[in-house]
Amino acid sequence: MTGQEYAFLVLSVVGVGAAIRVVTARNVVHAALYLVVTLSMVAGAYLILSAEFVAWVQVLIYVGAVVILFLFGLMLTKAPIGREALDNQRRGVAFLVGLAILAGLVFLIQDAFGWDESRIDPSGGGAAEVGSAIFSRFVLPFEVVSFLLLAALIGAIVLSRRDDST
Amino acid sequence: MLLHVEEAAPAPNWFVDNAWLIVLLPFVSAALTLFVGKRTPGKGAVYGIAAMAAGLVLSIGVLWQFVQHGGGTYERSVEWFTIGSLHMELGQLVDGLSAVMMIVVTAISLSVHVYSVGYMHGDQRYTWFFVVLSLFSGAMLNVVAANNLFQLLVGWEIMGVCSYLLIGHWWEEHVNSSSAVKAFLTTRIGDVPFMFGVFVLIAATGFATSNIGEIGEIVAGGELSIALVSLAALLLFGGTIGKSAQFPLHVWLPDAMAGPTPVSALIHAATMVAAGVYLVGRLFEVFWHADPTVLLVVGVVGGITMLGAALLGLVQDDIKRVLAYSTVSQLAYMVGAMSLGPIGRDAAFFHLFTHAFFKALLFLGSGSVIHACHTNNMSEMGGLRRPMPVTFWTFLIGSAALAGVPPLAGFWSKDELLVAASEGHEVLFTVMVVTAIVTAFYTTRMVLQTFFGEYRGQGHAHESPTSIVGPLVALAGATAVVGFLGAAPAGAPFFDWVFFEEPEEVHVVGWVVAASVAAVAIGVAGGYALYRRWTERDPARSLGPAYTLLENKYYLDELYWKGLIRPVRDQVAAFVNWTNRYVLDGIVNGAGVLARAVSGVIAWFDHKVIDGAVNGAANTAGFTGGILRYIQSGNVQRYAAFLFTGVVILTVIITRI
Amino acid sequence: MIRLALPLLFSAALFATGVYGVLARRNGVLVLMSIELMLNAVNVNLIAFGQWLGDLTGQVFGLFVIAVAAAEVGIGLAIVILIYRNRETINVDEVNLLKW
Repeated sequence: MTGQEYAFLVLSVVGVGAAIRVVTARNVVHAALYLVVTLSMVAGAYLILSAEFVAWVQVLIYVGAVVILFLFGLMLTKAPIGREALDNQRRGVAFLVGLAILAGLVFLIQDAFGWDESRIDPSGGGAAEVGSAIFSRFVLPFEVVSFLLLAALIGAIVLSRRDDST
Repeated sequence: MLLHVEEAAPAPNWFVDNAWLIVLLPFVSAALTLFVGKRTPGKGAVYGIAAMAAGLVLSIGVLWQFVQHGGGTYERSVEWFTIGSLHMELGQLVDGLSAVMMIVVTAISLSVHVYSVGYMHGDQRYTWFFVVLSLFSGAMLNVVAANNLFQLLVGWEIMGVCSYLLIGHWWEEHVNSSSAVKAFLTTRIGDVPFMFGVFVLIAATGFATSNIGEIGEIVAGGELSIALVSLAALLLFGGTIGKSAQFPLHVWLPDAMAGPTPVSALIHAATMVAAGVYLVGRLFEVFWHADPTVLLVVGVVGGITMLGAALLGLVQDDIKRVLAYSTVSQLAYMVGAMSLGPIGRDAAFFHLFTHAFFKALLFLGSGSVIHACHTNNMSEMGGLRRPMPVTFWTFLIGSAALAGVPPLAGFWSKDELLVAASEGHEVLFTVMVVTAIVTAFYTTRMVLQTFFGEYRGQGHAHESPTSIVGPLVALAGATAVVGFLGAAPAGAPFFDWVFFEEPEEVHVVGWVVAASVAAVAIGVAGGYALYRRWTERDPARSLGPAYTLLENKYYLDELYWKGLIRPVRDQVAAFVNWTNRYVLDGIVNGAGVLARAVSGVIAWFDHKVIDGAVNGAANTAGFTGGILRYIQSGNVQRYAAFLFTGVVILTVIITRI
Repeated sequence: MIRLALPLLFSAALFATGVYGVLARRNGVLVLMSIELMLNAVNVNLIAFGQWLGDLTGQVFGLFVIAVAAAEVGIGLAIVILIYRNRETINVDEVNLLKW
């Protein structure tokens, strides 16, 4: 167990715990805040994995913008508070499905990679290299994603416009 | 075409070889008369007369060549059809018997044809009459000249039909049409056993042929069982009883007098009724080699008929009926004689030969009288010998021949019959003699009542025209002469021509001659004594109840009607009708009902099962859909749950495999 | 050196939690949040594998995923707000017009 692993372990435990709180909180705002925690932990994981640029983009976009969006959405829709209001009757089935997915994934991971066999050597992948990769090898997906963002922008505006001219 | 020709001698034999022409000519003339008769001047009588005249000439030619060759048998045939092993042929058999018969048939038929020109003058179906006359003549000639039983049978049947057609010539009168039906059906009753007899004989040949000669050889060969031969003989005799009007099927002949007199002369005196006798004689091998009981039956039938019919002739008022019963009686002489063996057979044929001439003469003469007096009943005639001399003299000659007065034909032939019976057959001989007495008796009565005394009728009697009287004269001449052909003192050439196995020696038997002359004398004397003067009340009535019995023809007609015809017509027919309605129709209807029921079942099946299956499939689809739609909850999260579950499962499966 | 299993497990746990949230939460916004959890889990996976294989593709596509996720959240919230406007509720149980 290296130091990186310890750090990662701590981060992941916190992150998973916060995620569980996201899906079980009775207060929607609490859920959003727990989401912030989870996203931050994920960013930390990226750091440990030497993906600095992605980590900071994660913090920037997710924590900075997406969560704010969620909070605004919650505010605009006057989400109610309370367990009965937030969870539906299918909790049992959902739990089972989630458990099944977890079990399946764990099994697959164990089967494919084992616990101790594979090791990551986090090196390289600095911002400079990522940037140059984006603008050389991945310039097409980059452009497409920019279109996507444009479409999403326009769509969001169109969708949320009040329909006065009828 | 298969010909086999047997020739006895290298003398010219065109006539004997082509005797089939004699058979063919009348059929041709019948067809001609039928199709163009009405447009021919004289309305078609000429064809029949020409055919018969030619036939007579050819027949004489045949006999002449036959005699020149010294006898023999000339057979020619062509193949008609074959079924399996059975070969049917069309052929001619020329021997002494058929030559003589052909002369008889053509001569009488010619006389009748000429006679009918005058007698049937003005008749509405004049042409048709001649058609059927020719057709009949052709059929009779076919019977006489046929060399195989099948062909004979065809001719036999055609004769029956022609008889029916001719008796019922004036069918507008119910009496005539019902007499025709009676004649046809009664002879039919005899024809059925005849046909079976033919079949038995064909079977006896092993289903190979119906050729008369071959059948005769097989029968004479002695390999067949006597029972089979006797059976065949009895069955054949059935045809004779029917066609030749023997007891018990004699009842049709008197009623057949409803037909025109020329018909009675040709068919019911000389030819068709003689065919039955001819049959027995032609197939005599079968009778001769059968059990003696068969010939006994033949003799008994002949004996009963000859006396019974003669007695009936005593009490008739209708002149034609007298002659009809006389015919039955004379035919019975022939049939009875057949039972006496070869001598009897030859004598019977001689009597047939002579009887044809004088009986035809008598009938045609009675026709002349009827034509003049417009009535058949002798009670309305009388004293006709002065206004109708030719008729009278010819009729007298015929009557004398019938009675057996020498030296006319009837005397010689009757004498031969008596000679044949005299040797060992006392009963039949006695019956014959008694019948001869009765025959002379009623003949005298007939002549006296018709031609002597005072005329008792209305109207004015006069002699008939030449076309009627001519044949009378011709036949009278023949009657006077032909007898000598069989007369012992004249050498009896007839018996050199007609014989069975070998010619018979004919000789005069003194006491028999004396007996027959005595019988004639007694009969004539008795008749003269009783009927010399006309009396209102027939002297025969003094016989009392016997007279009533005779007057009602032994009540045989009533017996047949009540015992046979009515039950068949009413009960049997009713039963058959019931069977037809309820059993047969019941089956048919039942089949229909069954079909309906089956179709009902099928319809139910179609409705409930098949439609049910189809509807059920649709209902199941709807039902299942109705259940499955609950999956569609509208809730996205539920869908997502399914989705994730599915993904997990698929992943596991795919990675595991 | 870090065992590969760790990031993967982390990702698996996040993903499972996200699934639970998607299926169990009644509020539409919360469902969207759960979806974000799932996306992040995928991202972690991507980065981890990218680093394990020494390929920059992992990081690049991780960036793209973040961009797409952001776009998706924008649209999703717009839709939720629309639903709220029309139905006065964002309870996903009540948005079931496709129900039989």
